[in-house]
Amino acid sequence: MMNSIKQQLMNLFKKQSDLTTILLFAAGVLTMPIWLDPIGANYPDLLQKFVIFGIFAVGYNILFGLTGYLSFGHAVFLGVGSYTAVWSFKLFTMNVLPAMLFATLISGLIAAAIGFVSMRRSGIYFSILTLAFAQMFYNLAYSVLIPITNGETGLQLRMHDIRIIDNYFSDPAPGLPSTELFGMSMNGYSGFYFCAVVLILAFYVAMKIFRSPFGMKLKAIKSNQHRMRYTGSDTRPYLITAFIISGMFAGLAGALLAVTDPLAGAERMQWTASGEVILMTILGGVGTLFGPLLGVGIIKYLENIFSTINESVLQQFFSFLPQWGENFMVAIVSPFVGDGWHLTLGILFMIIIIFLPGGLMEGFQKIKKRYLTKGVKDSESTTKQE
Amino acid sequence: MSEKYDITRRQFAKAGLAVAAMPMFYTKGVWAANDFTNNPGSSSTVTLGFNVPQTGAYADEGADELRAFKLAVKHLNGQGDSGLMNTMKPMNLKGNGILGKKVTYVTGDTQTKSDAARASAKRMIEKDGVVMFSGGSSSGVAIAVQGLAQELGVIFMAGLTHSNDTTGKDKRRYGFRHFFNAKMSGSALGPVLKDEMGTDRKAYHLTADYTWGWTQEQSIQETTEGLGWSTTAKVRTPVGAGDFSQFITPVLNSGADVLILNHYGKDMINSLTQAVQFGLRDKQVNGKNFEIIVPLYSRLMAQGAGKNLQGILGTANWDWQLEDEGSKAFVKSFGTEYGFPPSMAAQTCYVQTLLYANACENAGTFYPPEVIRQLEGFEFDGMGNGPTEYRAEDHQCFKKVLVVRGKANPSSQYDLLDIVKEVPRSEVEYDASIFGGELGPYKV
Repeated sequence: MMNSIKQQLMNLFKKQSDLTTILLFAAGVLTMPIWLDPIGANYPDLLQKFVIFGIFAVGYNILFGLTGYLSFGHAVFLGVGSYTAVWSFKLFTMNVLPAMLFATLISGLIAAAIGFVSMRRSGIYFSILTLAFAQMFYNLAYSVLIPITNGETGLQLRMHDIRIIDNYFSDPAPGLPSTELFGMSMNGYSGFYFCAVVLILAFYVAMKIFRSPFGMKLKAIKSNQHRMRYTGSDTRPYLITAFIISGMFAGLAGALLAVTDPLAGAERMQWTASGEVILMTILGGVGTLFGPLLGVGIIKYLENIFSTINESVLQQFFSFLPQWGENFMVAIVSPFVGDGWHLTLGILFMIIIIFLPGGLMEGFQKIKKRYLTKGVKDSESTTKQE
Repeated sequence: MSEKYDITRRQFAKAGLAVAAMPMFYTKGVWAANDFTNNPGSSSTVTLGFNVPQTGAYADEGADELRAFKLAVKHLNGQGDSGLMNTMKPMNLKGNGILGKKVTYVTGDTQTKSDAARASAKRMIEKDGVVMFSGGSSSGVAIAVQGLAQELGVIFMAGLTHSNDTTGKDKRRYGFRHFFNAKMSGSALGPVLKDEMGTDRKAYHLTADYTWGWTQEQSIQETTEGLGWSTTAKVRTPVGAGDFSQFITPVLNSGADVLILNHYGKDMINSLTQAVQFGLRDKQVNGKNFEIIVPLYSRLMAQGAGKNLQGILGTANWDWQLEDEGSKAFVKSFGTEYGFPPSMAAQTCYVQTLLYANACENAGTFYPPEVIRQLEGFEFDGMGNGPTEYRAEDHQCFKKVLVVRGKANPSSQYDLLDIVKEVPRSEVEYDASIFGGELGPYKV
């Protein structure tokens, strides 16, 4: 009797924690324009990048974080998603929903194909296979697939695209059409809020996967796949499913990139883009829910804000110092900003890997632990005194 | 019955769409008649954005463009020796910024990638509030950001971009190009090639695989086939490939006697160097000396390619050794500031900045449709290229084009090009309608 009540309470608590997590998360994401303002990151394009790459990283984490399979070619799905979305804008309608649907489905199909082959191997062989696929897609986009991808110039909207559905309802307006959701423009802040809502939904799905029996299976595969096999459970279908799901997340993110800016270029599929999402995930914390999002925030912030700090900005920043001190500080700091933002990222990455192998989330947990244990010790010492 | 049903369904759909589209019209109506993106209003400064490649195959050009932009801002604000503001005519600039507002600027790195360039341009427009942005070095990037300029209603003054598409099939009302294009390179090179290499040649193209390479290959092919040459092969190469040996080996046994390199920046330096190392220039094919042509190159590339470029023909928009008043003034001003002569990329970017500022002064406002009308059909002189016109139909500048050759005995590290011929405007002009495309609306 007692046990069952306890169980129920536990369940309720757990459910509530899921609900509070998602509510807190939603609040945090939707208020980004407010709390990112002081650090100069409050403008639509960067906000959109934060949430879109957030979706990408959350999806990647389902594969890498849960199963431990390090895919080195996830940017393929980002690119496929973008190309599909732009084609949907060109052929059917400027409405974003069909574009997102097609992008998710097609990247899911391609993920199934790549996953089917790559998942025959694990560890470094799996990574190399995915890398090979990614490189293959990238090179295809620049050669045989140029009729579809428009090569280096990138796939763009044109004034005389077919757009069957839109043109069926109304005559085309002068100038290039812009992407919309039933009349709501996807430029600027409305585009950000739309992407933010999609991120919140994606995060909710990811959270559900993390806490489902399916997620548990994936974690079990990560901890010891051989033991899983010996107990008679076939791991391959689970792995392929995880691969497809994360591929679809990436496709969705790719579609949103095209939604906020209807242009698709193959550089999105380059191996550096695949590397970036790995960096994001590791920087934030592999296998944690929030970690990858933190990683996204840091990398995109460095890329967009740090890279624009030039010497004149630094001179202003250090203008409170005497002239020689100003020059000295500018000389020291300038290699790490502007073009040198990669250097800063590299150093940050090294520091985190060496001291916090579990990423920033491990850092937070360490702080939390220290704070909490300190609290316990304090109370112990006070009881002693008494 | 079914027809009737059809009509009602369609009407229903239209009505539904009209309702759905309402918020859009509503928000558009909020804007006052003459308000526009990033209106500086009563602010005492106005911001320009300079978006250039600081990394990648075109980084050298980007660095020089940035120097030119900074110099232009200085001169607009009345500092320095005023450079081309002494020779430009007609001119309304007063040396007190633009319309009395001090000019400030922000910079960005395009990384020679469309994605990165658009992200950087968006940052400039959304965060830094620029009224105009400029830059270039890759036509792919120029076309991508030009589309963005039209969407967001901010004028883009293209820097170095040489593809026919920029002011051809991808032209935009909000995009302007001072630089020449591949079509003009072809027209200018034709007669010189005929004189020097005759009418019976077999050409082999190596082409950078994007919009610029494609249109240059096409324009040069049209020219050479017009002379009676034949085209052996056209091979596309990836941008930033680094190693071109796999593409050059097949040239040796192809039977071609001319290699046309449609490459730019570091790509051209690499491919030309490798072509020379493979002994192409010492070869005899079909009883003729094997020749290499680089239809577009600059002094910056000549510095990188060194001896390999000696004697090679190409075209240029401008060269620092020109003797007219404008060129001398610009070289002096740039030289005093940085200690070396400017490249043609620098010249075009500097001129574009001044042209935009002047158009604002003429219009008396920053309101883009008015500024655009001032630039369209604007005729000017004293900027280093002789009498020049911004053609209204496609926003392309028409002026003379230089045919150049790598100098055999350079007297200094900057004295690398001989000007073979200054081709007058009339010989490179073409009909604006041949490339198709539409400029789009003034007001967005």
